[in-house]
Amino acid sequence: MTLETEPVLINMGPQHPSTHGVFRMRVTFDGEVIADLEPVFGYLHRGIEKLAEHKTYLQNIPFTDRMDYLASMSNNKAYCLAVEKLAQIEVPERAEYIRVIMAELMRLSSHLMAVGFFLNDMGAFFTPLLYMYREREKILDLFEMVCGQRLTYNYMRFGGVSQDLPEEFMPALKRFIDSMPAYIDEYDKLLAENEILLARTKGVGVLSKEQAINASISGPVLRASGVNWDLRRDDPYSIYDRFKFDVITDTRGDNYARYRVRIGEMRQCVSIIQQAMEQIPAGEVRTRVHPAFKPPVGEAYGRLEGPKGELGFYLVSDGSPKPYRFKVRPPTLINLTVLRDLAVGWKLADAIVTFGSIDICMGEVDR
Amino acid sequence: MEERGPQVEIERPYVSEELDRVESAEIQSIIAASKQPCPDPVAWLDEDIKQNLLLTTTEQLIDLGKRFSVWPAAMGLACCAFEMISAASSRFDFSRFGMEIMRASPRQADLMIVAGTLTWKMAPALRRIYDQMAEPKWVLAMGSCAISGGAFRGSYSVVPGVNLIVPVDVYVPGCPPRPEGLINGFQALHRKVAKDKLIKR
Amino acid sequence: MTKALSGSDTAKKIGEKYPDAVTGSDETSVIVRSKDVLEVARFLQESLNLDYLNFIAGTDYTDYLEVVYLLTSIKDNHSIVLKTRCEDRNHPTVPSVFSLWQGADFQEREIYDLLGIYFEGHPNMKRLFLWAGFEGHPLRKDFKLEVPGGGKKE
Repeated sequence: MTLETEPVLINMGPQHPSTHGVFRMRVTFDGEVIADLEPVFGYLHRGIEKLAEHKTYLQNIPFTDRMDYLASMSNNKAYCLAVEKLAQIEVPERAEYIRVIMAELMRLSSHLMAVGFFLNDMGAFFTPLLYMYREREKILDLFEMVCGQRLTYNYMRFGGVSQDLPEEFMPALKRFIDSMPAYIDEYDKLLAENEILLARTKGVGVLSKEQAINASISGPVLRASGVNWDLRRDDPYSIYDRFKFDVITDTRGDNYARYRVRIGEMRQCVSIIQQAMEQIPAGEVRTRVHPAFKPPVGEAYGRLEGPKGELGFYLVSDGSPKPYRFKVRPPTLINLTVLRDLAVGWKLADAIVTFGSIDICMGEVDR
Repeated sequence: MEERGPQVEIERPYVSEELDRVESAEIQSIIAASKQPCPDPVAWLDEDIKQNLLLTTTEQLIDLGKRFSVWPAAMGLACCAFEMISAASSRFDFSRFGMEIMRASPRQADLMIVAGTLTWKMAPALRRIYDQMAEPKWVLAMGSCAISGGAFRGSYSVVPGVNLIVPVDVYVPGCPPRPEGLINGFQALHRKVAKDKLIKR
Repeated sequence: MTKALSGSDTAKKIGEKYPDAVTGSDETSVIVRSKDVLEVARFLQESLNLDYLNFIAGTDYTDYLEVVYLLTSIKDNHSIVLKTRCEDRNHPTVPSVFSLWQGADFQEREIYDLLGIYFEGHPNMKRLFLWAGFEGHPLRKDFKLEVPGGGKKE
């Protein structure tokens, strides 16, 4: 006797507790197993690229904050790198060090959230996330000391940063950084041998090295598949060539590998911040640039290694104070190219966990 | 340990273009229908309770129950969602004010917190979730994007204010509002819920 | 440091194999004819080991529409910029490079959605962010927005 079966369509709609933001998937099931997955985007498409053509370069810095809102400092920095390349603006030493400290703190905060929400998706509802939030609140306090904002900073300017660090920042940062390795060890001890984590993530969602390179993946997802590529070391921007740090890679390419790469990168962030704190000189923090300055005609691509991958800005200037074309290279949209290949053949719960391990932020996917 | 299931070649049981077309028709119709803002709701009580004569102390008890156990359904769309999650986390904890559990399902929620920018593509889904909530229900618009479109007003795909789609009770300004600001918004909502009785009379 | 290969040298190399394909070059980029994009890209992928596609961007210069590709080699750590232009504003078409790099999937759909350039050979060429009934392509210069405050109105 043969059973007649039919494929079933389930819509994981834009509002769902575990799709990180408004993301929709049309999933076709053959029994319990996923046969096909079609992602639908655009529920947060705000038209930033078009709006940016109507505002001057300086007025576009707040737009960059709101794209990947979990890593605003990195977005600001990437945009400032692109404009500085376009207009040949010099950045003073102290400003470079401050930018590195901010970018690495931001990477720490973003990875804490990524790991926290990854565990949230697996069913450990809120407990690991609240632990990670405890540290994140301390980082947000540091940012508030510097620029007054907790989430969307608008701190970097072309030619440096907008204002110098207050006096209480360095001692507070030192207290935080000295305690951080103990906290990372605490998370690792709590989670690394956890049976549920191991059973649900080892061997699930394996991304091969060739496919990762072919699909333009970048960031921790690429490094977890065995590709040793990190823009901070291979195409150094700002002053990253003065710091010693390891590039964490893993050969397996599954969800567990991505989790381990993020934990390893958190430790490297702590090390880079400690080196920057020792080397930071005194001096100015900003080269004065006119607010409605006109860069020369041309184009430039400025990029950096953000917490989610290679974040780049491609700017075309026609000599006026507003950009002619403001294009963003979104690492999270491009990383989602492989979601279908990673999820097909697994069950729905595994697809959610795989999706969580790619670590996306809808503000950047949709812009 | 899980094993990868058989990867069968299956034809999709739906035509993707047709689903897109149906969704697009829904979006166009909600754009056409949302030219005027929905009026701000003043009172939410049922007509028949208005007619009954209730004792003052019973009214107060009912009112206490309603006011201090409003469960939110989170509509976390963009950056404001993270300040809302911070407000729910251990540092700023809004369950002290009765918002004990952030429900994912709208059927079990009283308050819808719209946090973030609403786009026209998302508007039908928002309206559907609002319609699924049981009365009495309230809406809180969090952040400047939900109040008026915010930094993105004028864009081709952003709804200039959530009150074109659903009637809003409380507006919390900020970009993003601090968790304390959101808690201030909840206290305003509690005062409004308490005032309902007085206005009816 | 990623070495940016010289546009004029690469243009010469391409010109040996495909004599009519190159329409211009400068020190950073090579411009090819739109219908030869797929062959030139395959040739570059094989001969220069360019296995990684960084991004694809489209721009509307009012006389023509331009598509820019940034290709990198992870093994040898060098990169080249490839550009192509479409003069026809009503039906611009460019062959898709999806068969060479899977990463072109969503990026080409986005350019179709926002600029209207159709990529032939892409398995799923439809709008990405906007809904099916949306009229027009927002990033074109003739699509006007009314932005309150911030900058003069056009």
